[in-house]
Amino acid sequence: MASSYKDEDGHISVKKPENTAFKQQRLPAWQPVLTAGTVLPAFFIIGLIFIPIGIGLYVTSNNIKEFEIDYTGLDPSSPCFNCSQNFSWNSTKPCTCSIPFYLEQPYESNVFMYYGLSNFYQNHRRYVKSRDDSQLNGNEESLRKPSKECEPYARHDNRPIAPCGAIANSMFNDTLELFYSDPNGTKTQIPLTATGIAWWTDKHVKFRNPGGNNDNLTAAFQGTTKPINWRRPAYELDSDPENNGFINEDFIVWMRTAALPTFRKLYRIIQRRNTMVPTLPRGNYTLEVVYNYPVRSFDGRKRMIFSTISWMGGKNPFLGIAYITVGSVCFLLGVILLFIHHKYDNRNNNPDISSN
Amino acid sequence: MARDSEDAGAGKAAPKVRRQKKKKPKENKTRTVHANTLYDNAKGEENPNRHYSSNKIKTTKYTVLSFLPKNLFEQFHRFANVYFVFIALLNFVPVVNAFQPELALAPVVFILSVTAIKDLWEDYRRHRSDKEINHMDCLVYSRVEKRYVEKYWKEVRVGDFIRLRCNEILPADVLLLSSSDPDRLCHIETATLDGETNLKQRQVVRSFFDLDCEFDPVKYNSIIECEKPNNDLNRFRGYIIHRSGRRDALYKDNLLLRGCTIRNTEEAVGIVIYAGHETKAMLNNNGPRYKRSKLERQMNVDVFWCVIILLVMCLFAAVGHGLWMFQYGDKRPVFDVLSPEGKDLSPILSAIYLFLTMIIVFQVLIPISLFVSIEIVKICQVYFIHQDLDLYDEETDSHLQCRALNITEDLGQMQYIFSDKTGTLTENKMVFRRCTVAGVEYSHDANARRIAMYQEMDSEEEECMSRGGTLPRRDSITSHQSVRVVLRSHSTKSHRRTGSRAEAKRASILSKHTAFSSPMEKDVTPDPQLLDKVNECSSQMDFMRFHSQPMSQLPAELSDIMDFFVALTICNTVVVSSPNQPRHKVRMRFELKSPVKTIEDFIKRFTPSRLTSGSNSSSSSSLNRSSNKGCSSLLSSPSAESTLTKLNEEQLSGCLEPTFNHVPPSYDRKASCNMEEGELRYEAESPDEAALVYAARAYKCSLVGRLPDQVTVELPHLGKLNFELLHTLGFDSTRKRMSVVVRHPLTDQITVYTKGADSVIMDLIKPPDTGNSKGKRQKKIVCRTQNYLNLYAADGLRTLCIAKKILSKEEYACWLQRHLQAETAIQGREELLFDSALRLETNLHLLGATGIEDRLQDGVPETIASLRKAGLQIWVLTGDKQETAVNIAYACKLLDPEEEILTLNADSQEACALLLEESLHYIQAKFLCSSGVQSAKAFHANFPPFEIYPSSASPSSSSSHSAPFMVHRLGLVIDGRTLAYALDKSLEDKFLAVARSCRSVLCCRSTPLQKSMVVKLVRNKLKVMTLAIGDGANDVSMIQVADVGVGISGQEGMQAVMASDFALPRFRYLQKLLLVHGHWCYSRLANMILYFFYKNAMFVALIFWYQFYCGFSGSAMIDQWYLIFFNLMFSAFPQLITGTLDKDVSAETLQQLPHLYVNGQNSEEYKQYMFWMNMIDAFYQSLVCFFIPYFAYSDSDVDLFTWGTPITTIALLTILVHLGVETKTWTWMNWLSIAFSVALFFTVALCYNASCPTCYLPSNPYWTMQRLLQEPLFFLLLTITPVAALLPRYFYRACQGTLFPSPVQVGRQLDKLPADTRRNILSLSRVKTGSPLTPEPPFLSLSKLSPKSCTNKDQRSIPSSEALQAKRAPDVRANEERSPKTPPLHSEKHPADLCNVALSELSTLPYSKNDSQLSREPPPSPSPPSPSPLSTKDSEHLDKTLKLSDPSFPCRLTSTPLVSQTDGIQLNLPPDGAPQYVKYSRSSEDGLRSAHRSEGEAEQSLHTAL
Repeated sequence: MASSYKDEDGHISVKKPENTAFKQQRLPAWQPVLTAGTVLPAFFIIGLIFIPIGIGLYVTSNNIKEFEIDYTGLDPSSPCFNCSQNFSWNSTKPCTCSIPFYLEQPYESNVFMYYGLSNFYQNHRRYVKSRDDSQLNGNEESLRKPSKECEPYARHDNRPIAPCGAIANSMFNDTLELFYSDPNGTKTQIPLTATGIAWWTDKHVKFRNPGGNNDNLTAAFQGTTKPINWRRPAYELDSDPENNGFINEDFIVWMRTAALPTFRKLYRIIQRRNTMVPTLPRGNYTLEVVYNYPVRSFDGRKRMIFSTISWMGGKNPFLGIAYITVGSVCFLLGVILLFIHHKYDNRNNNPDISSN
Repeated sequence: MARDSEDAGAGKAAPKVRRQKKKKPKENKTRTVHANTLYDNAKGEENPNRHYSSNKIKTTKYTVLSFLPKNLFEQFHRFANVYFVFIALLNFVPVVNAFQPELALAPVVFILSVTAIKDLWEDYRRHRSDKEINHMDCLVYSRVEKRYVEKYWKEVRVGDFIRLRCNEILPADVLLLSSSDPDRLCHIETATLDGETNLKQRQVVRSFFDLDCEFDPVKYNSIIECEKPNNDLNRFRGYIIHRSGRRDALYKDNLLLRGCTIRNTEEAVGIVIYAGHETKAMLNNNGPRYKRSKLERQMNVDVFWCVIILLVMCLFAAVGHGLWMFQYGDKRPVFDVLSPEGKDLSPILSAIYLFLTMIIVFQVLIPISLFVSIEIVKICQVYFIHQDLDLYDEETDSHLQCRALNITEDLGQMQYIFSDKTGTLTENKMVFRRCTVAGVEYSHDANARRIAMYQEMDSEEEECMSRGGTLPRRDSITSHQSVRVVLRSHSTKSHRRTGSRAEAKRASILSKHTAFSSPMEKDVTPDPQLLDKVNECSSQMDFMRFHSQPMSQLPAELSDIMDFFVALTICNTVVVSSPNQPRHKVRMRFELKSPVKTIEDFIKRFTPSRLTSGSNSSSSSSLNRSSNKGCSSLLSSPSAESTLTKLNEEQLSGCLEPTFNHVPPSYDRKASCNMEEGELRYEAESPDEAALVYAARAYKCSLVGRLPDQVTVELPHLGKLNFELLHTLGFDSTRKRMSVVVRHPLTDQITVYTKGADSVIMDLIKPPDTGNSKGKRQKKIVCRTQNYLNLYAADGLRTLCIAKKILSKEEYACWLQRHLQAETAIQGREELLFDSALRLETNLHLLGATGIEDRLQDGVPETIASLRKAGLQIWVLTGDKQETAVNIAYACKLLDPEEEILTLNADSQEACALLLEESLHYIQAKFLCSSGVQSAKAFHANFPPFEIYPSSASPSSSSSHSAPFMVHRLGLVIDGRTLAYALDKSLEDKFLAVARSCRSVLCCRSTPLQKSMVVKLVRNKLKVMTLAIGDGANDVSMIQVADVGVGISGQEGMQAVMASDFALPRFRYLQKLLLVHGHWCYSRLANMILYFFYKNAMFVALIFWYQFYCGFSGSAMIDQWYLIFFNLMFSAFPQLITGTLDKDVSAETLQQLPHLYVNGQNSEEYKQYMFWMNMIDAFYQSLVCFFIPYFAYSDSDVDLFTWGTPITTIALLTILVHLGVETKTWTWMNWLSIAFSVALFFTVALCYNASCPTCYLPSNPYWTMQRLLQEPLFFLLLTITPVAALLPRYFYRACQGTLFPSPVQVGRQLDKLPADTRRNILSLSRVKTGSPLTPEPPFLSLSKLSPKSCTNKDQRSIPSSEALQAKRAPDVRANEERSPKTPPLHSEKHPADLCNVALSELSTLPYSKNDSQLSREPPPSPSPPSPSPLSTKDSEHLDKTLKLSDPSFPCRLTSTPLVSQTDGIQLNLPPDGAPQYVKYSRSSEDGLRSAHRSEGEAEQSLHTAL
């Protein structure tokens, strides 16, 4: 009989579930119970952390200097009114206008010069897609045969467009020049650095001219045609061979499509030359615009922005305010919870039954 | 080779068969099987068997080639898949496309392939097991080699002869042609088919019966015609046609089924009839069923809403895009790109295109991965349920089986439970309790004590161990059963040696594996009085035999006793086996004879016996010509004649044969002492048969051997007697009885022993001839027995009546002739046999009755109580008689002695209608009107312990509950006939109205069909979730109808389990299955589904908001890769982990506070408004997640995807933190999964962003993430946004947890308390059964919401709670004192109590009133008032009951303490005018007394009744 017990034993252990914490769903666990009392500290802690951060951000943002000129020229009084009225993509004659302005504050560090467009839907679904990255990466085959994504801006006059696509076709082509008017009346042009405005990876990895390091860009672009709206072919964008063709940084910046219909794009950097002299001293300036880019068709606006930047980017007080607001709300809710806790929740801490 | 070609031939033949079928529809009805030996295998075409499917089985769904198309086809049955494929294909249309088409296919392909791989794996497993089975070996006769050769199973073909050896498994359905067994029997074990472990006998086809030499297949040349393959395991019909043209019928007894195991038979030969998929086993093999759970149905509604939301959003975007285009007019802006063909699109056209594009972009809103996730989670849940140790039954070594994988969460939403009684609530282990023989009751007190002791032993085995070698209480047992004591102490010793209760249980398993009998069933302590009588009787018989005196001199009572035990012993189908070889039957063969099969046989066999008996048999020569004549001549034997004239035939107990000079060959005095050593095992088809045999054995009447033609019985003093078994008329549920026809060895009379339900047997008793004293005695016996039967039933015992009948040879011959005709009939055999049985079982002589206890399973009352507290309505549907059912219901606390019981017994449709009407009025009068306007509140105040939906149930929960009906403290008892009327279309609404307002409903004597009709009715009309639980074949229909069917894998076979969704080893596991696993599964899945909707809506809404800033152009700032894999990868794991592992409340608390189950019943985790709240929250969160980055980056030089990536990251974090807020239990797996998700996202993003500078149009995200990670702004955004997004939800949860916590939250808070505090609170709340969460534990926040008054119901737990908390003792006691006072108050409060009006009219003894009597009462029509509610006959019964029950009363009380609480049943028969079949039975006792129920009080009620 005993032996049969053993058999039975062995048999039983097969089917019997294992008594492990996992299988019996008894894993050690943290079981938070959300009551006023338990979440109270979280609210206060969040509040106490967020408010200082918010203040810090707000102060940082406020320290950033920003100056903005709208040169769309919709207003008849504006110097660019004429240009804006007459202008379309097809006009060949450049129209220039100069806008004088006064900087009230000197800009100490490097100043970033942006151009801003409003109401320009660079994020339109079909627009975003209308490019050929392979072509922009210097792929010879794509240069000759642009991807179908570029349609209908892939070919013109039976020649492939380089760079193809709607994005490239609509590239911003105003030229902005900045002149400083000395108090004594002389106008000096402020040197604007055109390089370093694009992402390093864009300039060096993503965008490449066809034919590699071929100095002769003209030859490389042989057999292609310029985008319809462009004045010059791609290989004539800049005189500097390091900033010409597809690796022209203005072009690269433009090709990075903006997220929102009102956007700015880095145009130039005004490097600080001398530690003693502010980059842009206080005073009168003139912005000389070669007005090429039509925005009236979509009620767009064009702006020029100077801005310094901080560790957190450009001027934006929003994040600081948001932090302060959320922190304060948390704190406030914490106080409410504290009230609730004291009024209704004290029983949890007092499991004494006989008290009732 | 040849076989292969044959296979191919069969394959080709298949279409041919189909064509033939069309041509000859006649062929459809039967199958003709020829022996394959007659045909050459090589020429398959000639073999008439070639069309039948081979024995190769293939359960796989797919082949290598068909897998892809077939699987895809199956998957596309799911609407969601079609939808997703449609969207993916839409992407290939250039004007519409939003993503790269190939990429958009990815998720669909992923989902489809995951499912396909799962299917493939399952199919592969099936394939492997098929292969294994197909390659098993068996011996097949080879025509070429002229011997049996080993072949694979798959090579077996219909018409093959196969030889089977002991313990071999049958490869196909085989017609048994030869057996090595001398009885031409073959024993098979059918456990794999129906789970029944007992052996079944199969017989060799009769024409091959007399073969003395070994069966030679070559000589076989018959043709078998039988039914087409069907799945009825218990049916097989056909005939075998011999060359001579003779036809012999074939029955199921000739067929060995595939999958069974040959036992006990060394060798058997048969011919294959059905093979492969046509075998009955395979035809019965259905896969798991697909059911859709309630939650899923609810979810589908919300999926539909999601579609609507999607369409609205798309429409909005399309209109927006149209307007946006329109505002530019003819001036085409540069950024509005022309179509690839260079054409300008009109605003309307582009709006239409955009609509389609948006559907693609927003497709994530319809959660593609939801369906897959739900399936995964359910599989995990099933796994965990499987693994639960608490649901594992050590005794049977079985654990819960989930057979339906997709309705786990339904377990958490049950509202009605329909339960079978026998085997479900009770153990279906029959224990012999008491009997009455010849009108004298033998109460078996010692036996009752012993059974009680077993129960104690179960619970206190340690105590047992600490004591000495023997169990002390057994010392009191009288000397009569010294043998038993030895045996038992032996068994306890073996338990003690191994030292644990588990071992003891295992020992009982051991015995159970071979038979049903546990030690408790086997050991019956005989009643000393009866044992004395038996001894006296047998010694007298022995004496008489020795002195050749006629048996008729035996006193009638003694002969009745003897016959009673003989009947118990032989009137069954129990097979005897010895313990050493459990599967080998004991052979005690003294002469070899087969049962009487023909008239000639009958004559042949009876003649020599007459000759040897020495009486004058000269006339026997005439027997050869005419049996009738022979019979008459037999009767002319003077001795017989004289006896006949002398004695009333009814009184003949075994005395027709006057002399004893014929000594049975089996007689062997020495055999009696063998008993001690070799304890025999009995393998019975039903447990009560075994119980009776064991009971008889306790009186030394032991069954020692059973052969088809004889039964060997060992009697005290008389030794072994061989009863020649002439016929066995098996049990069937229509006749409700079985009979055996034997020739008594002592008297040589043909005796019929019948055993059956009392209701039928009592009607078959020969009406006593009141003329003489014997007749009077007989009448008295019948009356007394009937009374005892009523008492037994009232005790909850199963009653059986034992009767006998002595047939004269003439009568027997007459009957036999027709019976043989019936047996050999080919058509309608069953009916003919049935009629034949009916003819035989008449004019019986009542011997006595037995009461067998079907013990309640462990923990049944507790489980029922706790399920009821959980708000579940429990209905018991049983086939048992009303009294038994009512008493079991009391025993398992289904009915409460304090509650009133409505008993509905009607004889006609009109009566039933009236009855229901009355009941409704009664209920309304009693409960609704009396409690007035504030009915609910007053009700709660008055009946706190009885509410189904607890008062704790704060307004929020009760208001939304689906059942507006109050559930009263009423029990409804209805019998099968009335139920049939009530289920009629016209009455079902009324019936439901009555039934739903009762706390418990008990349907007695219901048929399987009625069971399923009741379930269907409740399910469809009340729109509630129903669960049916049962263990037997009669519960199958009910199990299938219910939303969730639960089978008890008990002792009545596997049919219920096969039909069920879940199979439990015991009823009590239902508690944990429902309360814990059901609750968990439900709340997990509900939360997961809600979370899914939230997640997708939140994610999609981000893109929707963006449309306002991109000219509604369908642009997305989120990289399409992120967009598509967000659901599939980044956010998938944590929710699966939470969906699988989250526990809102611990298992202990859930079980101790069953109220928490109401949560699921009311669908409180997932209500319609919650979906919308989640949607609103999702939209709020997406607004935050969109606009914080929007403002943070507004008017900056950020590009589209450098801005979109932080948004994606933020969304992911928010979604994960949201899950964190909703997660109730954090295990390391939760932490890990969340960390993994975040890490996965960043890793994927970094790799993806570094992989290719020119790919992934349009985003081309080269180095984006890398740059972002260098920006502080990115991290600042990641910090603030999730906080801001989740602030409201977090705050709401905190407030809700404090201000208005749901019961579940209270339970969770309880979990958090220190262990001892918690135990105190729980024990306290258990005292206040009614509303555990409510009043007293003051820190439970619900206290203020519920009434203060709370009465103790379950006072048994008080002592323990007192011990635990001395400090709170006064409080508890106060409650205790309060409680008894409440009920009297209540009874005063209800003057409308109809019962009180009629209370004095007539009250009977608690046990004396019985419904079989009542239902036999005359008046079925409502109008004519009958003079007296009771017929004279019945009142006579009643009088007798009063007298008879008196002496036996105390012992009954002691034996069944639980049942003693039923003393409150009183019958009220209304005055003449009222319809008299309306009975309201109620407790006359108030709560005060019922709390301290005692014997004395019961006696008191007895006196009052007298």
